[in-house]
Amino acid sequence: MELFTNQILAGISTGAIYACMALAVVMIYQAIDHLNFAQGEMAMFSTFISWQLMQWGVPYWVAFILTLALSFAAGIVIERALFKPLAKAPILTQVAGFIALYSIINSCAGLIWDFTIKQYPTPFGSSPFLGSQLISTHQAGMIGITLLMLAGLYFFFRYTRMGLAMRAAASLPESARLVGINTSWMIALGWGMAAAIGAVAGMMIAPVVFLEPNMMLGVLIYGFAAAVLGGLTSPFGAVIGGFLVGIFENLVGTYIPGVGNELKLPIALALIVTVLVIKPAGLFGRPIVKRV
Amino acid sequence: MSAAVEEVVTEGQAVEAVPKRAMTLGAGTSLVVLAILVLTPLVVKNFIIFQMTQVLIYGLAVLALNILTGGSGQFSLGQSAFYAIGAYTSAILMEQYGVNYALTLPVAGIICFAAGFLFGQPALRLSGVYLALATFALATAMPQLLKLGYFEKWTGGVQGLVVTKPDAPFGLPVSQDVWLYYFTLVITIAIYVGSVNLLRSRSGRAFMAIRDNEIAASSMGVNVALYKTLAFGVSAGITGIAGGLGAIAVQFVAPDSFTITFAIQLFLGMVVGGVGWLPGSIVGAAFIIFVPNIAESVSKGLSGAVFGVLLFLVIFLIPHGARQVAIVGQQLAARFRR
Repeated sequence: MELFTNQILAGISTGAIYACMALAVVMIYQAIDHLNFAQGEMAMFSTFISWQLMQWGVPYWVAFILTLALSFAAGIVIERALFKPLAKAPILTQVAGFIALYSIINSCAGLIWDFTIKQYPTPFGSSPFLGSQLISTHQAGMIGITLLMLAGLYFFFRYTRMGLAMRAAASLPESARLVGINTSWMIALGWGMAAAIGAVAGMMIAPVVFLEPNMMLGVLIYGFAAAVLGGLTSPFGAVIGGFLVGIFENLVGTYIPGVGNELKLPIALALIVTVLVIKPAGLFGRPIVKRV
Repeated sequence: MSAAVEEVVTEGQAVEAVPKRAMTLGAGTSLVVLAILVLTPLVVKNFIIFQMTQVLIYGLAVLALNILTGGSGQFSLGQSAFYAIGAYTSAILMEQYGVNYALTLPVAGIICFAAGFLFGQPALRLSGVYLALATFALATAMPQLLKLGYFEKWTGGVQGLVVTKPDAPFGLPVSQDVWLYYFTLVITIAIYVGSVNLLRSRSGRAFMAIRDNEIAASSMGVNVALYKTLAFGVSAGITGIAGGLGAIAVQFVAPDSFTITFAIQLFLGMVVGGVGWLPGSIVGAAFIIFVPNIAESVSKGLSGAVFGVLLFLVIFLIPHGARQVAIVGQQLAARFRR
């Protein structure tokens, strides 16, 4: 029994990583109705920027804020320059665009900072949290930050005019335009926010998985799995999904013999396919009805 | 935030509708292309012949994706997985069981057809981005599955398998590379002709009806579930044959040759060649084989970025890929004649 509770705790702490990433995935899905395959790479690039800033002697939290601002701006610029012209193109073309972006960012990061693995600092320290060997203070801090972001997003969408406008633009663009909302800019704003959330996710994840250009691939797949499990339309679901996926991964690794780290990605694949087949809307998402 | 009301959406077009007639080349042009493909190896060096073989093999894989996406409107970022299954099937049969290389290809095709048909079952529930996502996960998971200790007896684990290159049969006085090229060419032509006919057949019309409007197609009596999984199966089968040929040509299979990067390259090949335009597959394949070399000669570390930038250029400037170039060329030629 103790093993079981320990594994749940360990699962929650890895789940926090996925929850962060899933939140960014859902954010952009809300804004543009698509999954951004370049999301992980954008987060990785942001993390490298913060690392570079710290190398230049900028204190952690200043670098953190600066990176957030830069990522937000970069997200908007990418949308304006590359994806706004594609808004009316077939989905296939947009997916191709995401993939092109993925390739460009990954390659540039590799060129600028090369592919060696780098240590990334944590502001929370890495001593055991409340005497538990399973959760370090960093992981506890990461869970805290994830929940804080979720709360922030909730208040933003629920209680601010801007949040309301973004929701309107995402769910009924035509009507939103009629009441004077600039829906096109709302999409850009969604990109910006997703990039900033991704940056936070990257900076929280980097101390755990270490910093290198390919650090996000596994995390992104698990983030997708978490977002799908929680329902792609629900940020709350994404966070819960992240924790559930983390717990699931740990339990499977502990109790099913022969399943270890080398099966990490196939497990995510199985999870995604299972959820999409059994309950495509996810646990907290809303079902979509199609019309001819 | 999530409203309890059910949302009603009219789904946007996933893939541009390409008319059936626009999917192939005219008879005259086909003959010219064929003549070039047959005659070139007589005058060029062995290494170039090897690269041309690769172009044909990748062309097959892109063609398979084209049938799936351009034909039936389903996405796949997971073609590398089926290619890997095909390559491993051929390699294992040849090296562990001593089967003749030519006989391993149908087996690879059948196994991949089955794999694709099965994967098509859950994929039925998914469309557009969701399908892209599920296949994306498939492609990332495949190398890890191949590395599994459990299969190591057959797959050779991380090290992979070395495959012997076949000699020309009947004592023909040609080198291994030349023989393999013509062998691949014959298979490619057979599959190309088969695919063209498939898309012109009743099944092909069903694919395209599903691509253009799934709900309308089902109300016209098209068995949507059957034809969607069938498209997946056919596509995977052809990819598997390409994989088998690839294993023979490269003489080596290893898990890390079949990563998501490869799946992305195939997808890219389709976009560059023109979605739904079958002859474009060869153009796309040539693009994904030669452009990285060019990109690397421009800047070693930036090849990925050059690749991405080129892809953006294609999307923005010629969204229909090589097909658009071909059409413009045709119009110019027509004006010239007048």
